[in-house]
This record gives sequence, C-alpha cells and structure tokens, in this order.
Amino acid sequence: MRSARVALIWAALAAAICVPIAAAAASPLLAWRGPVYILAGFAGIIALGLVLVQPLLIGGYLPGLPAYRGRRVHHWIGGALVVAVVVHVAGLWFTSPPDMIDALLFTSPTPFSPFGVVAMWAIFAVALLAALRRRLGLRPRTWRIAHMSLAVIIVVGSVVHAMLVEGAMETVSKAALCALVLAAAIKVMADLRVWRRQATSRGESIAQR
Amino acid sequence: MTTIVLSRRNLLAAGGSVVATGVSGLLLPAGAQGVAPTQSMSGGANNYRKGAAIVDRIGKGGFWMSGTVRRAGDGAPLAGQRIQIWAHTTEGQEHEPQSHGATLTDKNGAFRLEMPQIIPVFGQPHGHLAYDSGEFKTVFLRPVMRSAKDTSLEGHFVLQPA
Repeated sequence: MRSARVALIWAALAAAICVPIAAAAASPLLAWRGPVYILAGFAGIIALGLVLVQPLLIGGYLPGLPAYRGRRVHHWIGGALVVAVVVHVAGLWFTSPPDMIDALLFTSPTPFSPFGVVAMWAIFAVALLAALRRRLGLRPRTWRIAHMSLAVIIVVGSVVHAMLVEGAMETVSKAALCALVLAAAIKVMADLRVWRRQATSRGESIAQR
Repeated sequence: MTTIVLSRRNLLAAGGSVVATGVSGLLLPAGAQGVAPTQSMSGGANNYRKGAAIVDRIGKGGFWMSGTVRRAGDGAPLAGQRIQIWAHTTEGQEHEPQSHGATLTDKNGAFRLEMPQIIPVFGQPHGHLAYDSGEFKTVFLRPVMRSAKDTSLEGHFVLQPA
C-alpha cells in the first residue's frame, strides 16, 4: 500500500509537469516558430513546473525526500529556475528584441508581461539573497519573511503571466498546472505557519508537525 | 482570456476617447470640435521595416487586413494614402521582409490587403499597421484579434498634419 502511494505521488507530479509540456509540444503554433523561440517557450513552461516542485520539497511532501533532504534539492532547483528564466528571456529577446525590451521596461501592450517581469526579478532576488544569506548574516526570521514575500510574488506573478499568455501551451493542462502551483504554495505556507512571529531554527517547524 | 484582455482594451480606448473628446471640447472653441487624431499604440512600431513595397497581396494571402484613413477634425476620408502592414504569419516572422507589404487607400479612404494568416506571437494574435509618409504625423497601430482563428483584422487611422 505504501509503495503504491509513493508511486502515485511521484506519478502525479510527473504528470502535472510533463502533460503540459507534451501538450505544448503538440501545438500547431510551433510549426511557424524558429528553434530559439520554441526553446524560449519551453524554458518558460519548465520554469513554471519548477515553481510547483519548490514548495513540495520544502514541505517534505515528496516520498523519499523528507524536508531536511528536500531543502538541499530545493537549492538546486532554485538554481535551475534561474537558468530556465534566463533562457526564457534571452530566447525571446533574440526572437524579437523590441518586444522583449518593451516587456522589461514595463511599456509592453501585453497585459501579462509585467507579471512575468516582476516574477523574474523576484526569482533573481531570492536566489541572490539565498546565496548571500550567510555572508549578510540574515536572521532566520528576516530571511523567512523575505523569502516568503518573494515566493508569493513569484507564484502569483508566474501564474497570472502564464494564464494570460496565448501561446503554445494547451489551456486545460496549463490551468491545471497553475492551480497546482497555487495549491502547493498555499499548503506549505499554511503547514509551516511561515508568517508566525517567533523565529525558529531550521527544521524545527518540521519537527513540530 | 482574450475577451477579458479585449474588454479592458476597449474600456481603456473608450475611456481615453471620452477623456480626449472632453478635453478638446474644453480647450477648443465651439465649432472646431471634431474627430480626434489616432495615437500610436504601444509596441505598434516593433519590427517595422521602413519602405515596404506596395503589393497586390502579401505572400499567398487568406487573411484580410482592412481599415480606413481619415483626416482629424472634419473626419474627411483621405484617398491615396500609403498604409504599411506586417505581422507574424504562417509564412514568416514579424521582422522578415516577406511579412511586410503596403497598400493605398481608395477614394473613400478605405484600404484592404490580403496577407497570410496571422499567428499568435509574444502571447497575443496581433497585426501591425503604419502610416509613415510624412504629409501627416506618423501613426503605428497594433490591433489584437478577438480570436487566433479570426481571418480578418482592422486598423483605423485619423491623421493630423505633421
């Protein structure tokens, strides 16, 4: 029974990320796009998938990856998320420089662009903060509030950005992935009571559960 | 999604024109009121190539871009005005030369040019139109299709002297 449950959870996660990617790969729009544009688009979808994985790792919800081990994977996935976003933006810049520049300067006519750009800066900020956390001597509570605030911006920004884009992603699988991203973020924040007042040391919040 | 975007655009456009009409009504003496000039849309000039040739059709066609060109103030139709049109289509990306073409308005100030099917690019199915001939102020438009399946799109110009 336990192994069935384990397999089910991992299969569900794989499906949540791979079905939207497969559906986008079948999009007729790809026929009229260049390879760099296609790569940029899929980097964006993968980034959205990674945003789903992050809270699951920190919450210790994935079988075989309790929170203390998930945290290490979370760091690596965070790095991968930065790379995916850089590929997404660089590829779109290469495809149509004026459109990308408009987006980055918040002068784009497309309503989804500012959400994506804000999420991008939040991802860069959280990665930088995580890398410099020790050097800056951030207290756990300061770090937690900073990370959680940026995480909210990343999750909301990414989901709104993805939902408003009319592109290669198939609508239903995109909406499902976005719903899961929101649900995972809300669940981990509720479970770990991240907005609580007292500072606690690493892992303690998990032990309490 | 598209309908929400469009309704917001329409709301902004309608709101903008109400404000514009109201302001010009206040600033100008009675009798000088009239049709307000079209403002360039944000992102309208992206991937513009100056001097696209006047063509009977862009590529193999199948999609119709149409519109009108009028004079600001009295709203009189402007004949013989050169309108340039480009988009990301089934036959090429926005910046590629074969995606660009131009046409002239008829005596009623109307234009109509057949082009390949427009494909959503950068998250929105949209086309680009430009008036850039010098006699009037340059205007760049970037209309968005209600649905990516639409086979036509319109862009309307009200021009003011340069």
